[in-house]
Amino acid sequence: MSVAVLEPLRAVFTLPNDDPRKTVAVALALCLACSVVVSTTAVTLRPLQERNAALELKREVVRVAGLDDPGVSLSQAFERIEPALVDLDTGELIDGEAAATYSYRDAAQDPAQSTALEQDPAGIRRRPNRMPVYLVREDDALETIVLPVYGQGLWSTMHGLLALAPDGRTAKGLTFYEQRETAGLGSEVASPKWLGQWSGKTVIGPDGAPVIEVVKGSVDPSAPDAGQKVDGLSGATLTSNGVENLMSFWLGEQGYGPFLARLVESHE
Amino acid sequence: MNGNDTKLLIEPIVDNNPITLQILGICSALAVTTKLAPAITMSIALTVVIVGASVIISLIRHHMPSSIRIIIQMTIIASLVIVVDQVLQAFAYELSKQLSVFVGLIITNCIVLGRAEAFASKNPPWPSFLDALGHGLGYSVILITVAAIRELLGSGTLLGVQVLPLLEDGGWYEPNGLMLLAPGAFFIIGLMIWGIRTWRPQQVEKPEYRIHIVHRTEPG
Repeated sequence: MSVAVLEPLRAVFTLPNDDPRKTVAVALALCLACSVVVSTTAVTLRPLQERNAALELKREVVRVAGLDDPGVSLSQAFERIEPALVDLDTGELIDGEAAATYSYRDAAQDPAQSTALEQDPAGIRRRPNRMPVYLVREDDALETIVLPVYGQGLWSTMHGLLALAPDGRTAKGLTFYEQRETAGLGSEVASPKWLGQWSGKTVIGPDGAPVIEVVKGSVDPSAPDAGQKVDGLSGATLTSNGVENLMSFWLGEQGYGPFLARLVESHE
Repeated sequence: MNGNDTKLLIEPIVDNNPITLQILGICSALAVTTKLAPAITMSIALTVVIVGASVIISLIRHHMPSSIRIIIQMTIIASLVIVVDQVLQAFAYELSKQLSVFVGLIITNCIVLGRAEAFASKNPPWPSFLDALGHGLGYSVILITVAAIRELLGSGTLLGVQVLPLLEDGGWYEPNGLMLLAPGAFFIIGLMIWGIRTWRPQQVEKPEYRIHIVHRTEPG
């Protein structure tokens, strides 16, 4: 039986190499073999890759929150961080275990858990209804708030974390842990030197609206509003604009705005 | 291994080196050699891909229709590269982030396709294996040497361990920033080619043309 099935196949493979039928047969066989190999590898290795990505995220949260002492292990440092979920529309914190396993990327794909955007400066099309946040407390007093942010740069969606002081208006740090911007130009968006200048900047004004700007060239330190401006990346205007746009989106009404307003209220 | 096999394996390391003689694979040799660790990873990745691709292509060489042979070779190489990239992302996440697109660009590395087309598609698997391994090692030797020089002079470290104490940490060594930029790699590779050709003068190409001095008598 099996031999009978294989017989036409064998007939094709004994044809001369330049026969069109053989060409098609070889191409099909090759594609089939390669796709099986590639997809098997991708599927079997996915759990490991996801674990790596989760660890990387934890490491970045610890780093941007300023908790990365050399003597402290990652899991110890992460114990001081309290993951939570925020309902972006109401600004309410949702308690529960869901925060540990919640993926905003999955949520953004799911129409039931996300909202299509009409005003979409960050270029993300759909916004998850809930976002994870990470709170750091020192003796019950809020010390740092870490907010995941993401948006379109020039080539890629840049994923980052913004650390804010408990006033909800002052940046304590910023990191982009995933981006594929132009190597050497836009990719400087992830360089510690450029990210370092964000610390201490005012990102939200007294009226609760985002004020942070990424300027072309460098910021004049004597200007009165120098505290709400950061240097643009030279040779990467579109990446710089992308950062400004994603900041104004995530810190605005459609993003963490309601949550931060609530937080400031309770803080005052 | 007989003498011919040894020659296949050893020759690409110095006498027919893919980077310094054939001047192939320069792009990745510039891009991933600022630090030693990614250079070693890249060397292993490329060697695995070139050996795997050469052996597979050699095994199916009698069934490759000549009209689509380059596409077949590219498909096999691309599949192997994706597998290597996935393995790196699973087991060496940090390094795979540093290498970013360059693992993917092994697909377009002329050394791999060059050996597939020039050698593996015409020879049996065992010689193809040795030839590919030799070229992989030849590429690795240059990549690792360049990366060691660049990391040592550019950052004062080797594999991240401080070897030369830096001025800013109270030592005496002022790091050479040029070594961390692409031109630094060009200079090192150029100097290596010069050095190898001084040691092995038979690698120097014959000039393609010669300027003759023509004696002419101008009329009048």
